[in-house]
Amino acid sequence: MNLTLYVWRQKNASDKGKMERYDARDISSHMSFLEMLDVVNEDLTEKGIEPIAFDHDCREGICGMCSLMINGIAHGPEPGTTVCQLHMRHFKDGDSIYIEPWRARAFPVIKDLIVDRSAFERIQHAGGFISINTGGAPDANALPIAKKKADLAMDAAACIGCGACVASCPNASAMLFVSAKVTQFANLPQGRIEAAERVQKMVAQMDLEGFGNCTNHYECEAVCPKEINIRFIGQMNREFMKAKTGLG
Amino acid sequence: MTTTATKTIPAGIAGQSSYSSIWKKILMAVTGISFMGFVAGHMIGNLQLFQGQEKLNDYAELLHHLGGLLWIVRGTLLIFLAIHVWTGIRLYFQNWSARPISYKRQESIETGLTSKTMIWSGLGILLYVVYHLLHFTFVVTNPEYAGLTDAAGRLDVYSMVILGFQNYLISGVYIVAMLALAFHINHALPSFFQTLGLNRPSVRPWLKRLGTLAALLFFFGYCSMPAAVLLNIIKLPGGGN
Repeated sequence: MNLTLYVWRQKNASDKGKMERYDARDISSHMSFLEMLDVVNEDLTEKGIEPIAFDHDCREGICGMCSLMINGIAHGPEPGTTVCQLHMRHFKDGDSIYIEPWRARAFPVIKDLIVDRSAFERIQHAGGFISINTGGAPDANALPIAKKKADLAMDAAACIGCGACVASCPNASAMLFVSAKVTQFANLPQGRIEAAERVQKMVAQMDLEGFGNCTNHYECEAVCPKEINIRFIGQMNREFMKAKTGLG
Repeated sequence: MTTTATKTIPAGIAGQSSYSSIWKKILMAVTGISFMGFVAGHMIGNLQLFQGQEKLNDYAELLHHLGGLLWIVRGTLLIFLAIHVWTGIRLYFQNWSARPISYKRQESIETGLTSKTMIWSGLGILLYVVYHLLHFTFVVTNPEYAGLTDAAGRLDVYSMVILGFQNYLISGVYIVAMLALAFHINHALPSFFQTLGLNRPSVRPWLKRLGTLAALLFFFGYCSMPAAVLLNIIKLPGGGN
């Protein structure tokens, strides 16, 4: 199939950047979206044009590196799918495709479609861990955890930190990401010990990074490739209130 | 951190430091739900219009005789209003500046019109509340209401309401304001439960429906009054018009 691409091109962080039009020729419907971009880049290189820079790593849908706004939707039109797992069969011959980087004050563009997501790292460093003495691995089931709680923690832990929640949020808020990182620990006994301190520190760092405020649009949940539920934002709010009031 | 910010706003409004994003959520939810309580009580009270002059003027007299309690309610609502409006305006500017460069294309999957227009429906309601107080409470816009009393010598709220709604412009503005209220509540009520974490996935679709139901109830409940006056179902006492 043949496609027309409109791609954001920006030399570096200080460049103004603009949309450029490229033709993608002879694309197989079996290709992933990133493989399609690889083909376009080969073509551009042959023509002496700088290839399009975009983030990618595992190409298995688990690392959270790929991060493209495709036709106005983070990770493209398929729900619960990262860009690398999005296949060209979901597009039609002759389609026009807009490809833009994540847009947020806290995610400045480094080059073309690559943004700096180290704000997420700094939020993690602020409290997204448990302090525990290392040693031999504890026996399985030595610490009883209710199945419901374990499942909740696992659901939250599915977050791969790609930033699609921020990209799709009308307010560029990071609350879905932060809530997943807060609650994956808050739902487990090992995480309870530092729960109050963790939620306060991570939320403070989130605000410091310049993300917007959550106003319950739920666009984040709709685009999340790991389908993180917005119930975790509600739980984070409760954790935050408990921590600030000293109750619970 | 490098930013290519093209949107700049005063630090006092944009600054996140003074209180956190989650506090702002909680403030909006708690002050907001108290307004909804007021709006519900106000509507039920005012619907006594349909029970005639005697009943409505009695009710107005009762409210005026609450004395201290009335002032506590008024004071609380005023403080809550200041918090809600100021926080709402800050949220709007902070969120607007959190994305300095807009997308060329951005689609909405989940969010809708009423969620995206909260600032405008909110400001619309605020403007209407100011006008409403000038109209009925302070009797500035229609000073001829000031001396209206009924046969028992009480303030004739019943006639004030009917005289007001007989004016097409006043009724029109009222209906538009109630539309803004309905828009606001459609997003606000489900958001209240989400903010407080009362949002199990199984109840979410019901919370959304509850928001829409409340919005419709308020809209039609309030608008039934100008409609009844304009359709001549409710007339001035003594056959006047």
